Amino acid sequence: MTCDESRDIIFPDFMSVKEEYKYGFVTPIASEVFPKGLSEEVIRAISAKKQEPLFMLEFRLRSFHIWQQMKEPAWANLDYVPIDYQSISYYAEPKIKQRLENLDQVDPEILKMLGRLGISIEEQKRLANVAVDVVFDSVSLGTTFQNRLKEQGVVLCSISEAVREYPELVQKYLGTVVPAKDNFFAALNSAVFSDGSFVYIPKGVRCPMELSTYFRINEKEIGQFERTLIIAEDDSYVSYLEGCTAPAHSTNQLHAAVVELVAHKGAEIKYSTVQNWYAGDPDTGQGGVYNFVTKRGLCAGEYAKISWTQVEAGAAITWKYPSCILRGDYSVGAFYSVALTNGKMQADTGTQMIHIGQNTRSTIISKGISADESRNSYRGRVVIGPHARNARNHSQCDSMLVGSRSSAHTFPSIHGGNATAQVEHEASVSRMNEEQIFYLQTRGLSKEDAITLIVNGFCKEVIRELPLEFAQEAEKLLALKLENCIG
Amino acid sequence: MGNMILEIKDLHVSIDGIPILQGLSLCLPYGQVHAIMGPNGTGKSTLAKVLAGHPAYQIDDGEIRFKGKSLIGMQPEERSHFGLFMSFQYPMEVAGVSNEQFLRHAVNAHKKALSQPLLSIESFSQILQQKMERMQMRSEFKDRSVNVGFSGGEKKRNEILQMSLLEPDFAILDETDSGLDIDAMRIIAEGVNALRRVDRSMIIITHYQRLLDYIRPDQVHVMDKGKIVRSGGPELALLLEEKGYEWI
Repeated sequence: MTCDESRDIIFPDFMSVKEEYKYGFVTPIASEVFPKGLSEEVIRAISAKKQEPLFMLEFRLRSFHIWQQMKEPAWANLDYVPIDYQSISYYAEPKIKQRLENLDQVDPEILKMLGRLGISIEEQKRLANVAVDVVFDSVSLGTTFQNRLKEQGVVLCSISEAVREYPELVQKYLGTVVPAKDNFFAALNSAVFSDGSFVYIPKGVRCPMELSTYFRINEKEIGQFERTLIIAEDDSYVSYLEGCTAPAHSTNQLHAAVVELVAHKGAEIKYSTVQNWYAGDPDTGQGGVYNFVTKRGLCAGEYAKISWTQVEAGAAITWKYPSCILRGDYSVGAFYSVALTNGKMQADTGTQMIHIGQNTRSTIISKGISADESRNSYRGRVVIGPHARNARNHSQCDSMLVGSRSSAHTFPSIHGGNATAQVEHEASVSRMNEEQIFYLQTRGLSKEDAITLIVNGFCKEVIRELPLEFAQEAEKLLALKLENCIG
Repeated sequence: MGNMILEIKDLHVSIDGIPILQGLSLCLPYGQVHAIMGPNGTGKSTLAKVLAGHPAYQIDDGEIRFKGKSLIGMQPEERSHFGLFMSFQYPMEVAGVSNEQFLRHAVNAHKKALSQPLLSIESFSQILQQKMERMQMRSEFKDRSVNVGFSGGEKKRNEILQMSLLEPDFAILDETDSGLDIDAMRIIAEGVNALRRVDRSMIIITHYQRLLDYIRPDQVHVMDKGKIVRSGGPELALLLEEKGYEWI
């Protein structure tokens, strides 16, 4: 079979055939859900459930106490009903008796769900170059291709497993890039995180395949607090991608993730996201996922390189600023983002590039598309430290408005600096309108193809950064989300 | 009437409830070029957009038959596949999409609709190169985003290039001469004349007689208040030039 055929089978295609949200189903499986509310007891129970070593429990409790002292941030350009943190359940897991050796042993209901999401286990085994981990509510369901990865010394496992199997690595790195006190949601995540992925690439190894995690929130009133930690040792390389969907519920679901990346000397980490959480009812705004995510990468050594590529097309509320700390001299950070909002969605997203080392470089390309009555904000912060001689940043921030009721906002800022630094910022606003689509239609393109062409043209610089397997899906997803917003 | 490519009968069109075309009738035989002239705001551009299928216009009454088939209810792209082309007064820009990519999409959309084999990137590129040379367009226009940063004349040349690639049976050119200097107009007129064929018809909308020195029409119509008020031979355009629209 060719690569082309398998792509659609392997990857969740993240799009709906119609404009309706295709992933809005709930999988009827027995699961164990903790009672609602957050307390020390709940945290101890999570830790016990996961048979964690003492250092983990202490990390969680410390974070919980920090969180208790903090206030939810209010500076973002977002309006939402305050979250009642005591009305959320902090842990849910499908009732699986024993640890699974591979995905074949998964509950048939879950397998059915994976099929509906476009992840077929049978086909997956035949595909050579992508390893997939699936996180369902709070628990990782298992990882494919363990053996091939092991041959190279690459570790891809759930963070829970890593806590047990590689405690020294977890203890060394967890919370070093995003400390619990960093922000309210990071503190909450550090206290209660349930699962997520752990990746370790040994020195000099070029990871032989794309690594991928697929996140799914199933339960109705559960928060998903995933935690991802990726460590790339000297001169190694890894490309990692994540995809997200959730069922359509009328109540809001909270997703507060933390992702930490560490790239040592000469290492490169490419992190890609296609996010299509349920965005709530497009007319009433009811329901949808609240997506509060802290993602940060540390270029620890010289010539390290980290790039964030994201296509954010879902969630009712998005609060997310994947950032890079460029500590090593000559290290490079990049942020390529497409954020699409429609219906009543609100997104406040952007990045931070913190230049500490000399000759560090960063690139920011942000594309915001706002349709219907949605609100789309870009927030970028470039920090040039006093020792960051010859630091360079180039930021480009483009907004596209669809229709007349949506809004786009940009909040770029530059801090510090020194005489040798060069910082450039470009911005533009354009409008996709009926006339543009009509023009393309008169040349023989269908309305759908016209929208696809316009959107892909607008997002080209970002989409081309995605791994090939995801790029086409992302293009289709964007076009389908917009089809009903026009004319 | 079997020799007519386009027959418009008593056409009434409005936009947002405001009537624009009010009983327009027009017949265009195969192979002929007609000019439509008239003062601003009489509905000339509306006629072009209605023929191309713009969704904002409401057809209240009347008939439009193109190659014997009613156009009413047909999507703009279906009309395009069926052999109708409109050259825009203000061609739209599409950032990030190269002109070549756009043109290939357009040509292959036609091929697909007509169940013909699609052109490969290479063979399309060769065809495009030839056609561009004929329109005196530099090859950099292949790689530039559609109409982005094009001058007025370059945009209009790009329109005629599209016409030559799509090879329609009928084209309506909406003020193709507006905003052009005399050299640019001549190049475009030559491009249009090169596309004249015994089985291809055109309507040329223009304010000025000047363009008609280069593209000789078979007939000239004068439009006022949403309908054709006078028709005649090419000499009508000269009379208009001399006496102004008030003379009508």
